[in-house]
Amino acid sequence: MTPTSSGPKNQQERAKPAVHPAPKLLSVKNLIRREKDVLDMLGRDKLVEMFHRMMLIRAFEQRCEQAYQQRKIGGFLHLYIGQEAVAVGMLAAVREDDYVSTSYRDHGIALAMGIPPEPLMAELFGKSTGISRGKGGSMHFYSKEKNLLGGHGIVGGQIPVGTGAAFTARYQETDRVSMVFFGEGAMQQGVFHESANIAALWQLPCIYVVENNQYAMGTSFERTSAVSDLTLRAQGYNMGGYPVDGMNLLECFHVMHDVVEERRKHPGPALIEAKTYRYRGHSISDPANYRVKEEVEGYQKVDPIEQVRRLLAELKWLSEDDSKDLEKQARKEAVDAMQYAEESPDPDLSERDLHVYAD
Amino acid sequence: MGTQTIFFREALNQAMVEEMERDPAVFLMGEEVGQYNGAYKVSLNMLDRFGPRRVVDTPISENGFTGIAIGAAMTGLRPIVEFMSFNFALVAFDQIVSNAAKTLYMSGGQFPIPMVLRGPGGPAAQVAAQHSNVVDSLFAYFPGLKVVSPSTAYDAKGLLKSAIRDNNPVVFIENEMLYGLKEELPEEEYTVPIGEAEVKVQGSDVTVIAYSRMAHMIQGALEEFAKENISVELVDPRTIRPLDVDTIAASVAKTHRVVILEEGHRFCGVGAQIADDIYSRCFDDLDAPIVRVTHTDNPLPYAKNIEAASLPSPAQVIQAAKQVLYRL
Amino acid sequence: MAMLLSMPSLSPTMETGVITTWRKSVGDHIDVGEVLAEIETDKAVMDYEMADEGFIRAFLVEPGQEVPVGTPIAILSETADEDISETEQQAKSQAPAAAPQPKAQDQPPAAGNGSGQPPAAPAAPQQPAPAPAQPPATPPQQAQQAAAPPQAQQAPAPSAAPAPAAPGDGRVRISPFARKLAEQQGLNWQSLQGSGPGGRIVARDIEGAIAGGAPPAQAPAPQAQPASGAAPQAPAPARAAQPPSGPLPPFEDLPLSMMRKVIARTMTQSKQTVPHFQTSRKVRVEAFLELREQLKAQFPDVRISINDMLIKACAVALRKHPVINSQFLDDRIRRFNTVDVAVAVNTDDGLITPVVRNVEQKGFAQIATEVRALAEKARERKLTPEEYQGGTFTISNMGMFGVTEFNAIINPPQAAILAVAGVMREPVVQGDDIVPGQTMMITLSSDHRVIDGVAAAEFLATLSSIIETPLAMLM
Repeated sequence: MTPTSSGPKNQQERAKPAVHPAPKLLSVKNLIRREKDVLDMLGRDKLVEMFHRMMLIRAFEQRCEQAYQQRKIGGFLHLYIGQEAVAVGMLAAVREDDYVSTSYRDHGIALAMGIPPEPLMAELFGKSTGISRGKGGSMHFYSKEKNLLGGHGIVGGQIPVGTGAAFTARYQETDRVSMVFFGEGAMQQGVFHESANIAALWQLPCIYVVENNQYAMGTSFERTSAVSDLTLRAQGYNMGGYPVDGMNLLECFHVMHDVVEERRKHPGPALIEAKTYRYRGHSISDPANYRVKEEVEGYQKVDPIEQVRRLLAELKWLSEDDSKDLEKQARKEAVDAMQYAEESPDPDLSERDLHVYAD
Repeated sequence: MGTQTIFFREALNQAMVEEMERDPAVFLMGEEVGQYNGAYKVSLNMLDRFGPRRVVDTPISENGFTGIAIGAAMTGLRPIVEFMSFNFALVAFDQIVSNAAKTLYMSGGQFPIPMVLRGPGGPAAQVAAQHSNVVDSLFAYFPGLKVVSPSTAYDAKGLLKSAIRDNNPVVFIENEMLYGLKEELPEEEYTVPIGEAEVKVQGSDVTVIAYSRMAHMIQGALEEFAKENISVELVDPRTIRPLDVDTIAASVAKTHRVVILEEGHRFCGVGAQIADDIYSRCFDDLDAPIVRVTHTDNPLPYAKNIEAASLPSPAQVIQAAKQVLYRL
Repeated sequence: MAMLLSMPSLSPTMETGVITTWRKSVGDHIDVGEVLAEIETDKAVMDYEMADEGFIRAFLVEPGQEVPVGTPIAILSETADEDISETEQQAKSQAPAAAPQPKAQDQPPAAGNGSGQPPAAPAAPQQPAPAPAQPPATPPQQAQQAAAPPQAQQAPAPSAAPAPAAPGDGRVRISPFARKLAEQQGLNWQSLQGSGPGGRIVARDIEGAIAGGAPPAQAPAPQAQPASGAAPQAPAPARAAQPPSGPLPPFEDLPLSMMRKVIARTMTQSKQTVPHFQTSRKVRVEAFLELREQLKAQFPDVRISINDMLIKACAVALRKHPVINSQFLDDRIRRFNTVDVAVAVNTDDGLITPVVRNVEQKGFAQIATEVRALAEKARERKLTPEEYQGGTFTISNMGMFGVTEFNAIINPPQAAILAVAGVMREPVVQGDDIVPGQTMMITLSSDHRVIDGVAAAEFLATLSSIIETPLAMLM
């Protein structure tokens, strides 16, 4: 059968794919206009703070790995190492009263939202001082105060929930937005398509961020998605699709910033595809045999933290030494969090029967 | 103290309307609830009254819109999700179980999910296997959910209001075959508490436990029981979970004989749970083992005669009553 | 000419028979008077002697197969090889149905569960024997199978499809509520017949038993009876006494209390089903009374009665004669390892027998305390079932009323009861002299199914020697 006019080739032409920026290594020499604007917008202090936060996430995740190996953390553990720019860059661009929902890979997101590491580590240790009182664990961080709507175990389960928060924003006529983070594997779940369709139909202020770390569990992206450009999916649902280099902190920030500002004025959904790389396996129990060593080493050059460190040095906003100090500080915070978790008590057994039903 | 004689479906409509007037956070979403005025006309005129912001027509995306409702419930709203029938709620089973039932617990008490999931459930007339599921025990299984199934218009209205006001996810299973029943209801506002059974008919020979359409069926068959000289005490649980074992136990203490009737299947059906509760509580009050009358063990067929042969009938309940009375 | 030989009726009560051994083989010639087979009947194994002669051409039943009287069991022909096909046909058409009904009823089996009949057992001796051996032409009747010795059958007729047939394990089944009712009313339900499936005793059986002792055949409500409508084959106790004919003298009717009904039922059943016999002995009680005086002096605060001491004496004697401390169960005799003595106590309402358990381990004082407490509770109608149920032996003491001698009715399922009369001051022989002495008549009523005459006598001898030489209790 000859391809019809709705065959793949013609479809791609008609859908006008977004232009993907070529990944680069951040340097004052290669900043584009927008990135320079961002630097002006943020200023040194804010950028250093973001840098620090990225390192906190990195240190925190490394400590988790260690704690897991010491059997202090049990169950499932999904680490965010390598994806720090996405969480920190994008969440710096939104307000505290905006809604956030994500998958089980939620440590980085929670820290980027400004939730302190202590209750998070305590949650991982299953203690009563944990952010979910020890009853959720690694995959189920929730914060009413910061509007973190979980931490979801079922792939894609958070997508309609986050969309529902956008519904509330629309219903209550606020200018809040809802960010829904998920991996590219979740995009193959039916519920993504249901939610995206409804979000576009009802013009809900929902920002879908697909963190494309190239692998869905152990299966590489090319083997699970019929299209390699995920922003095409946005076209399919009549919403804007925005590709982002997920290793570039500045780009993560400015794309989210621009998308959100627009959506606050004119509610409607958007899809941001952030191409990142996950250094570790899918989860702690995944030895990541499916990757090649060279592949991993190549991407470590584009480590988002290293990029920002170099940029800060180039800008003379933070010397190498101060950088190292900041890193030490971040590492200490992570260790302190572990200490806190160690010293916290186990939940009282009465917690077992608590919060099954609301009063 | 006025009364009104209305249809069962109107009673549901009134409950939703009253609650939506009372609380601006309450809204209705589902397929055909707005412009179409409801697949079964339960939401008649609600779009006109409340507008499209609060009466929301959805695409056919049960998993999606149920999850959206959950997200809305987590962020300050009180959604009523209508399933055109509960068969389709199974598409949303993941969101209902993973999120609606468990979020309060997993978040350490931070996020209650005040929502109602309602619609007709159970067999209708020759709608065949995929449209005839009785899903009550599936949902009652998970702690965190409440499950309600009224048999009269009075109960339906009162319980739906309570469900909407409840801060938990309430699975509210109606029955299409009851929507057209007329009943006299009070004009003034009232609620019926969740978790309370009711003795619908007082009797002395045997306790028949039935809910939803089955309770209605027994109410209509009392004469046949009388002809057989069987004095039936009909206990309608009204709420499946949490189950009011106290009322049931009091009846068993009185009659010493129990027949449990349900439209669903036998294995792991709601009746199995009720029987377990009775055996645990009322062992010394029983003069005979409990007899259950249920849907037979096959998917419901289309053909009228075998459909009828698959479902409970008053004659079967009478036989069961005789069995526990040792009159067979 | 060929003929059918049928299972003969070898005793007036024989219903079915089993060929245990064929004494001849197929093809053999047999003479008149020769034994064809050994047949087990309800009473014994007997020889079946031929009334005809001829050649044995076929055996129609297997050894070990139980068939009703009148069932064809063999074919005999005049000559060794003539055609017997017609006779074979005839035999087939008269072959028995499946094994005969274990306990036939009058109603059709389809009548659903449990409108069970009480066992014919107690009445068996009273019922007319079924018709003796049928002529071969008649299909075997589903006549009632006569029980061999009268047996207290636990389960009535097997019920139809819904309920399993009465399992023959001897367990009495009762619904929880019926049990509660029975205990509330002080009813001994162990010997009731249940109308539920598998012989389960259900509430209406208890209600019926309380209401008048008649085994309930149907539910009390006045609705359509199940197909049977059969009158229960109730033994005599069910039948109300006929009012006397002719003009009555003035009278007053008193309603029966619960306890009275129970006593009436239990005692009647006991007398009807248990073969009682009595053995008496007059014992010298001087030493016994002297011992009591000594104990009174030494322990002035402890009140012990003669009866308390007798309870202990009985326990000691029972340990030496365990056959008395037993019970007859259909197929075995249960011998108890402890002595639980039931003590007859009179209350306003009637007689009740609270039980002192493990008497063999208790001393006088403890026995006395317990008996006093139980008697008081009994008079206040506050005894719990655990306190009046069970018991392996009963003592009934009417001494305080001046009774010189009496015999008591056994409390089923116990095997014996001791009747203790009053202490009498009378002349006794001592050596060659007649002197005043103190005697007491004790009479043991025994269940002859368990206890034979000699056993009763020996027990009494031991008991007497204990009473007359109380220190023997220490042995």
